[in-house]
Amino acid sequence: MAGMGGRMSTVIKAKINKLLDKAEDPSETLEYSYQKQMELLQNVKKGIADVVTSKKRLQLQQQKLEQQVVKLDTQARQALAQNREDLARTALERKQFAQTELQSLDQQVAELETQQAQLIDKEQKLRSKLEQFRTKKEVIKAQYSAAEAQVKISEAATGVGEEMADVGLAMQRAQDKTEAMRARAGAMEELEAAGAFDDNLQLGSGGDDIDRQLHELTSQSAVDDDLAKMKAELGQSSAPEPGQLGAGEESAPSGERPA
Amino acid sequence: MIVRIATEGQYHLPDEDSQRLNDLDNQAVEAVEAGDEDRFLQLFQEMLDLVRRDGTPVGDDELEESDVILPPPDTTLAEAAHEFTGDGLIPD
Repeated sequence: MAGMGGRMSTVIKAKINKLLDKAEDPSETLEYSYQKQMELLQNVKKGIADVVTSKKRLQLQQQKLEQQVVKLDTQARQALAQNREDLARTALERKQFAQTELQSLDQQVAELETQQAQLIDKEQKLRSKLEQFRTKKEVIKAQYSAAEAQVKISEAATGVGEEMADVGLAMQRAQDKTEAMRARAGAMEELEAAGAFDDNLQLGSGGDDIDRQLHELTSQSAVDDDLAKMKAELGQSSAPEPGQLGAGEESAPSGERPA
Repeated sequence: MIVRIATEGQYHLPDEDSQRLNDLDNQAVEAVEAGDEDRFLQLFQEMLDLVRRDGTPVGDDELEESDVILPPPDTTLAEAAHEFTGDGLIPD
């Protein structure tokens, strides 16, 4: 045979052959192997279902947060209409938190969606590979019953054994991947359930001091912006001219700004 | 010759492609040893492309042992590094 001395193919071939040595009489193990692979395929399907479940829970949480944002915004308006700027500010601060959390959730959901698509793709490929294996299995079984074809059988046995090992490898890789995705989806859910996102938000997402201060600064100025916008809409304009928001950050005025 | 892309399937490949495949394989392993992910992925993709383009799929009712087996198409550099370098490497 044309000499392939390439390392990758040599190593992989050695591995497959090792798997092959373990399989004894292929005709006996064929059926078992096929059944086993079909069962394993169910695990991959279950993995997909789990990822979908995690995604749905996170989506529910997303909806809740979206409602929360709307509600807090309304509350801020109401408070402002009644000249309770302190309350309005609190509501807007909470709205900022909710929005940041929502962004993080959006990312998680998008990630789960990608994972889901990848798993579905894997599952389909596995399914067609198993189908291929089923056909080969029938061929070798037929050949086994024709006793005169001894030589051909041992060649074919190697072929089907290799196929068996390869299906096994494909299944194993899909399972590893499924497990990893399932674990990550589960972890996202747990984090969300434990309110870790909330804590993170309150600490500033990075948790270190500079991050926290930066986060406070940005969310504070976002709150100031919101407040100014609402005031303008309510015709209470105390808003400084656009572009000058930085000047009075500490005490965005509760009363009118002195002229 | 018959080439299998692991986890994907077998192909009949013209013997003339053997040398090219072999070269790519060795270059890919060099890239793995150098930890050059881009180069590894590019070379490995070239190998897969070569087999898929020049090869014809082996029928479901054909039972043949492969002459060459390539790693699964989604092999990462980390996996390749684990498999093809360091201890336990089959010497050239």
